[in-house]
Amino acid sequence: MALSTSRRAINQFIKPLSSSVYATRRLTSDSTATITVETSLPFTAHNIDPPSRSITTSPNELMTFFSDMAEMRRMEIAADSLYKAKLIRGFCHLYDGQEAVAVGMESAITRKDCIITAYRDHCIFLGRGGTLLESFAELMGRKEGCSRGKGGSMHFYKKEGGFYGGHGIVGAQVPLGIGLAFAQKYSKEEYVTFAMYGDGAANQGQLFEALNMAALWDLPAILVCENNHYGMGTAEWRAAKSPAYYKRGDYVPGLKVDGMDVFAVKQACKFAKEHALKNGPIILEMDTYRYHGHSMSDPGSTYRTRDEISGVRQERDPIERIRKLILAHDIATEKELKDIEKEKRKIVDEAIAKAKESPMPDPSELFTNVYVKGFGVEACGADRKEVRATLP
Amino acid sequence: MAVIIQGIGTVTALNSTNSLDTNKTLFANSRRSLSDRKGRFFMVRSDGCLSYGLNGHGGRAEKLITNAVAAKEDTAAAYTSSKPGHELLLFEALREGLEEEMDRDPTVCVMGEDVGHYGGSYKVTKGLAPKYGDLRVLDTPIAENSFTGMGIGAAMTGLRPVVEGMNMGFLLLAFNQISNNCGMLHYTSGGQFKIPIVIRGPGGVGRQLGAEHSQRLESYFQSIPGIQMVACSTPYNAKGLMKAAIRSDNPVILFEHVLLYNLKERIPDEEYVLNLEEAEMVRPGEHVTILTYSRMRYHVMQAAKTLVNKGYDPEVIDIRSLKPFDLYTIRNSVKKTHRVLIVEECMRTGGIGASLTAAITENFHDYLDAPIVCLSSQDVPTPYAGTLENWTVVQPPQIVTAVEQLCQ
Repeated sequence: MALSTSRRAINQFIKPLSSSVYATRRLTSDSTATITVETSLPFTAHNIDPPSRSITTSPNELMTFFSDMAEMRRMEIAADSLYKAKLIRGFCHLYDGQEAVAVGMESAITRKDCIITAYRDHCIFLGRGGTLLESFAELMGRKEGCSRGKGGSMHFYKKEGGFYGGHGIVGAQVPLGIGLAFAQKYSKEEYVTFAMYGDGAANQGQLFEALNMAALWDLPAILVCENNHYGMGTAEWRAAKSPAYYKRGDYVPGLKVDGMDVFAVKQACKFAKEHALKNGPIILEMDTYRYHGHSMSDPGSTYRTRDEISGVRQERDPIERIRKLILAHDIATEKELKDIEKEKRKIVDEAIAKAKESPMPDPSELFTNVYVKGFGVEACGADRKEVRATLP
Repeated sequence: MAVIIQGIGTVTALNSTNSLDTNKTLFANSRRSLSDRKGRFFMVRSDGCLSYGLNGHGGRAEKLITNAVAAKEDTAAAYTSSKPGHELLLFEALREGLEEEMDRDPTVCVMGEDVGHYGGSYKVTKGLAPKYGDLRVLDTPIAENSFTGMGIGAAMTGLRPVVEGMNMGFLLLAFNQISNNCGMLHYTSGGQFKIPIVIRGPGGVGRQLGAEHSQRLESYFQSIPGIQMVACSTPYNAKGLMKAAIRSDNPVILFEHVLLYNLKERIPDEEYVLNLEEAEMVRPGEHVTILTYSRMRYHVMQAAKTLVNKGYDPEVIDIRSLKPFDLYTIRNSVKKTHRVLIVEECMRTGGIGASLTAAITENFHDYLDAPIVCLSSQDVPTPYAGTLENWTVVQPPQIVTAVEQLCQ
């Protein structure tokens, strides 16, 4: 929903461009024109032939990428301020810097494919069709949140969008993801599951158990390791004997992808989907980076230098990369892109204002959704005097 | 004083059978610690109990019951149909229920270790894999954490998996998945996802299986919000509860018992589904309510025979639903008898009996004429030696003594 409004916004920009300054454009401003782009780095492959480095795209798609990533970036920065203003409590894990993974993956798949991830889930939720209002309301624990205020930052879900969450325990979502793939195979639908985890979770045993089962039964599962090089406060070389996470599948093929390049991510996910439908699981390692610390209680600078962070921001920032591409191909001007960012700022602020007005959940919500009705029970009351079991 | 009576009473009973005078002190200590907790509230009702306790049991050659499986005649007739019905063993009843549900609903699938080609380590899934295929009756590798997680993930999309733990104790490895994902996902997603999964397997103290294979997981799982727990004890309720658990949209953990798989009973031919939250009235009575579940039901019924001969009229209820408790049936019973004895196989600390005691005390305190007595297993790892293992769990003579003292 959020993304379609931004697409309309882009079209508003593109149409006037084509009419007014047509002669000076090197490219036709026809939004379906194809542009060929090369990924920043070639893919590194394990047990498989890597896909090609060159990808075709269109001005429309470039603008969509820019717009989506700008919205995600803006949302995360706003969440940062809200947390410092104590409107968001508990844990808040921010995704800024890693937007290319969410956007690139989304562009390669459909809503019937499933995505499941860990607790750094705000942007993926947005990509799967979540709205800013649902996002902020959930972060602030309000009724209009995607999980009715009962989940929090780590428990965003969107059933209609094929987004299965949002999980707090590191690595526990990967067997769940294999279960999603199992169900897809069981129902014989031609869809895949992307089970995402981080470089820290890559050392969990249940991952290897899940991988074994996925490979054994040829499940359409794609394991995506978002390697931002730090598992909480521990660098990957201090936690893993072999930080080549894409190789860890051994008999399962793997691909190492530049996770800060939206097109590399898109190409890899498309490739992985085709592979998984035919041959079973594949591992994708997204080489990415998070600018914030692990969570809002982590400054992020005790285990890495500020130079490193600003270096990555200057050289590999995903939004900057798209901005340069857009400017290089004259799809939009500098000012127009700035306007888009301002627009994003505005809609994010509006969503926050609306979310702040949203009420807290009712006290009765404490006891709803513990069980599903039906053969189920209605149990309420933490005080045993009020425990009531209503038999159907 | 009451403490000593109880202690000596039970020790004498055991001594008369096993002549282990050397261990008297040892056992007396544990017995005393058991009754100590209750002894604080226990009131000595009438005189003569001391002599009764010492002589009554000392005189009889009360055998220590080691055979858990009682004959069908002991259990209340659960089967009342006019059709002839068919006789089968408990594991066959489970299989029948499972098979009927798999025929009825194509989304029901089974996953576990050795459930497919091997037919299940307790033969519950025998014959299902050739009939339904390898994907629907899935042999998993030995990876409890992840195949339970896999089952939960599949359930999120709408499948109805039945996950078998070869022994309930192995599911401790999957505790994170069961607690966080299975129990809580419906709540943390604001109701978006339901997890209609059934997790089943045998637990409880068996025949000298050792400490790690004799665990009672119901006490560990009971605090997990969002799950339901049921324990089956007869072929009739095994089939009914299996079907109900599969049809339920909530995650249900079905506790079977290793020693009950070969129980034989005649069950109805027509289809039936039992209520997951309802307790079963095994034997109506007037003097005392005995609440029990799973294998202990048979120990209680054995003790009930003795009690009836002595002139007591116990009301025996198989609670079946371990979470939530069927406080409705329990209340009606307590209102009638005013005395409660809980006999369970869980350990004393933090077991189902402990929670049930608290629930009854807080809700029905006014109806009680005496404090609730809870007989549980000892707080020890289950030893291998046969005699020690028998002392770990509650035996019928202890139940008889407890009722006698409760009814004074």
